[in-house]
Amino acid sequence: MISSLRPSKRRPQPQLTPETGSQVTAGIKNFELKRNDKYYAWLFLGPSLLVLSIFVFYPMLRTFYLSLFLTDNFGRPTVFVGFQNYVNLLATKSYLASLQATGIYVVGVATFTIIVGLLLAAVANQKIKGIEFFRTIFTSTMGVSVSVSAIFWLFMFNPSIGILNKLAVGLHLPVVNWLTDPHWAMVAVIMTSVWMHLGFTFLIFFGALQSVPKTLYDAADVAGTNSRYQFWHITLPMISPTLFFVAVITLISSFKSFGLIDLMTAGGPTNATNLLVYRVYRDAFVDGNYALASTESIVLAVIIALITLIQFKLLAKRVNY
Amino acid sequence: MGIELRGITKAYEHAAQPVLREVNAEIQDGELFVIVGPSGCGKSTLLRMIAGIIPITAGQLAIDGQVMNGVPPKDRKLSMVFQSYALYPFLDVAANVAFGLKARKMPVAEIKKRVTEALEMVNLTKYRARKPRELSGGQRQRVALARAIASDAKICLMDEPLSNLDAQLRVKMRAEIRELQRKLGLTLIYVTHDQTEAMTMADHVMVLNDQQVQQIDTPLDIYNHPANHFVAQFFGTPQINLLTVKAEQQATHELRVDSALKVVLKEPLALGTYTLGIRPNQLIATTVIGDTGNAQVINVETLGEQTIIEAILDSGVPVRIVQAGQVQIDIEQRIEVTAKGAAFIFDDHQQLIVEQGGITDDQLVTAK
Amino acid sequence: MEMTTAGQASIRRRSGLVFKYLLLAVLAFVIIFPFILGLWTSFLPTTEIAKGSLQGHLSWQNYHDAFTQTPILRYLFNSLVISLIQMAAHLFFASIAAYAFVFLEFKYREQLFYVVLATMMLPFEAEVIPNFQTVRSLHLLDHYAVMVIPFLTSAFGIFMLRQAFKQIPWDLKEAADVDGLSHWQFYRQVALPYSKISLLTLAAYSFLGSWNQYLWPMLTTFSNRLRPVQDGLRQLHSEETATNWGLIQASAAIVVIPTLIVLFWGQRYFKSGLNEGSVK
Repeated sequence: MISSLRPSKRRPQPQLTPETGSQVTAGIKNFELKRNDKYYAWLFLGPSLLVLSIFVFYPMLRTFYLSLFLTDNFGRPTVFVGFQNYVNLLATKSYLASLQATGIYVVGVATFTIIVGLLLAAVANQKIKGIEFFRTIFTSTMGVSVSVSAIFWLFMFNPSIGILNKLAVGLHLPVVNWLTDPHWAMVAVIMTSVWMHLGFTFLIFFGALQSVPKTLYDAADVAGTNSRYQFWHITLPMISPTLFFVAVITLISSFKSFGLIDLMTAGGPTNATNLLVYRVYRDAFVDGNYALASTESIVLAVIIALITLIQFKLLAKRVNY
Repeated sequence: MGIELRGITKAYEHAAQPVLREVNAEIQDGELFVIVGPSGCGKSTLLRMIAGIIPITAGQLAIDGQVMNGVPPKDRKLSMVFQSYALYPFLDVAANVAFGLKARKMPVAEIKKRVTEALEMVNLTKYRARKPRELSGGQRQRVALARAIASDAKICLMDEPLSNLDAQLRVKMRAEIRELQRKLGLTLIYVTHDQTEAMTMADHVMVLNDQQVQQIDTPLDIYNHPANHFVAQFFGTPQINLLTVKAEQQATHELRVDSALKVVLKEPLALGTYTLGIRPNQLIATTVIGDTGNAQVINVETLGEQTIIEAILDSGVPVRIVQAGQVQIDIEQRIEVTAKGAAFIFDDHQQLIVEQGGITDDQLVTAK
Repeated sequence: MEMTTAGQASIRRRSGLVFKYLLLAVLAFVIIFPFILGLWTSFLPTTEIAKGSLQGHLSWQNYHDAFTQTPILRYLFNSLVISLIQMAAHLFFASIAAYAFVFLEFKYREQLFYVVLATMMLPFEAEVIPNFQTVRSLHLLDHYAVMVIPFLTSAFGIFMLRQAFKQIPWDLKEAADVDGLSHWQFYRQVALPYSKISLLTLAAYSFLGSWNQYLWPMLTTFSNRLRPVQDGLRQLHSEETATNWGLIQASAAIVVIPTLIVLFWGQRYFKSGLNEGSVK
């Protein structure tokens, strides 16, 4: 009671603009360095850093180092040749063919995975009875490992007893030598790879579609748009970060498609599916040419690192459109 | 003309209870019609049925005399403002406003003209090239308004458009929306849970609760003649006092809560139990000395222009009393609570049966 | 007039529904067909399959043969052990590393984090030559350890759990400091329980990642006793395909069924995790 009778001292009212506001919080966030944090940090980070150093950083440097030498049968460097391995590699016709095959493969897999995955997600994103059942089926290829996929599809591609050729006969279409014809072999591995990627892609796209606010479509309904217009002008722009994410993930995973190639074509026929990653293995562990394989490894690593880097950059920029 | 709702009902297959039953209303051309009620009362559902976003289970919706059940939203010639604003985050302000016009394949020049006009009307011309995330909440709200304005539809639906804004901005936007509605001659159906918005903006108010209409009237008539307990409690701050009383004599002219607190009636009441509704500003608290009086103060809120006193009657029932001006009163002080005389009497089904004098002279209490 | 529009709308809706189900059914059939065909043939006698027939007497014979004549169970066991160890190791080592990056103050913290982030860019497939030499010189070839030690931690896991830990309100850390909790206690009692969903996701990711390893075990294990399931199937396939399709299909089915069960069972949790994240 008494205090209220006193003339109140008027406090200066600070002009709170966003700029001064952030300065204030930055000042408060002046953490004290705690002494024992340092020891904890080494304890907590130590194991991870050790493993990453030995099995990621060292081998990368070592691979690069080997790529500058000629090597013996055990992979020991012998003669320093500088970048001569790279020069030779890019002059090798079959390597350029591998680069091209890899390009066709990764772009093919990514394109079809995205189109079909998006179609599945769009179809599954409706409220009708029994839709859960279909969603489960669409997710199912996520649980299939590479060797199982390869075996299932190898059986279907079998030229004499495979279902695909039997179907072709039934429909009076020409029979295809799926895995022994260079062109069709590429088609076959792309098909199998797309099928394998679909479960994961579907799940990601489905999540993205579900996270688009329903009111955006309500508003567009009121504005007088049909569902096709809404797909192109709302859905696609809204999920474009996801689209991009899936594209990069699928590209990278396709660059690393080793098991599928090994099981289905072993790089053949006539190197038609001899992807970069499979070449590395063949040159190193079959032919014992470690210098060449190291050079090829570095090229592969650079390509994948670049794609990842673009992803990081764009992701940081586009996260909020 | 205008909009007619006849027996509108919404039910979902797997739900036992309908979410909205038998809504009847007539919305006049060019009026601001507020649908108000607590969350879950079905008000947004009703609005979405009018918009055509969700189908009507039973009943008939007519706009300008034409039955609209089953007609897709785009052919109902209306615009809508959403609670979340439903702005497209990847489009700038101008493109957001133009979205519906482009979809209708309007000529480019016409789109440009309308967008410019609409943005001018909501004072956003400077921001036309910004993305929604670069705007404040109030500015986003205006973009949503501009979109409705640009559509040129004469009917506009708004679903809690101000609920995401801070209190000050809400008061400002209330006035702006009202002004826009008048200037453009819009028939505006406005959904809110905020009784203050309903009171201050509406030409007519529909009060929804428990999946059905409680009352439709002008704001003052709702305040002055609440149809039942719910409406009486929903309008007016602080809340009305509802006190259970027994009429112990046949054809009595007096309802007594206790010896001091009583209301004298003009017309006699039959035997039975009633609820006496007295607004806080129709009660008087007088301080007494010692243990006399009929109540004890438990809380006092001094707001400057008025004082809200919470007290407990000796019968154990809490009451709220509003006194004009600044009143010096202590907690635990004994007081005598009496009634000025204005009151509502509800029967045992919570329906209003008698109004008792002086109510229309009430000032509106719309704090917050 | 109004009746006709309403009537037309309902007819259109019904025919739309038929079309939707038709589309769903066709897509589902295309997706699931390789499974069905694989499963079907796994019950057929190999002699019928070799003739190109898809009919014949159905029996468990191929499964019986797979279990008795091939080391398929041993392969499954190996994979299970390796995957579980790798999963546990990822969860532990990645989470303590992530904890350090969020809750500990030390020099070069951000720089070190970027170093870890950078490892996500480097494909393991391009590093197999030195890694093979490393494990050979450590005498780890043809041993469980060779399939576990290089994968004890996960840069992706550290990155993901760092994001999860950053969601923990800083107030909680300060309150814990006031109560005198050690870093280890805070890690165990707050950080881990708070990030359950991220941990579960990482667990699933790590398990599947390990289960699907192909190149590395192929290079480093030579005996059936240690071979994980992917390379086991590769082995069976190269030995048997030409002669015994029924056996191969049955083996593939034996391998795929457990993962499918795990997937369908885990999907509910995965979805509820997604939902939890999307609640406003």
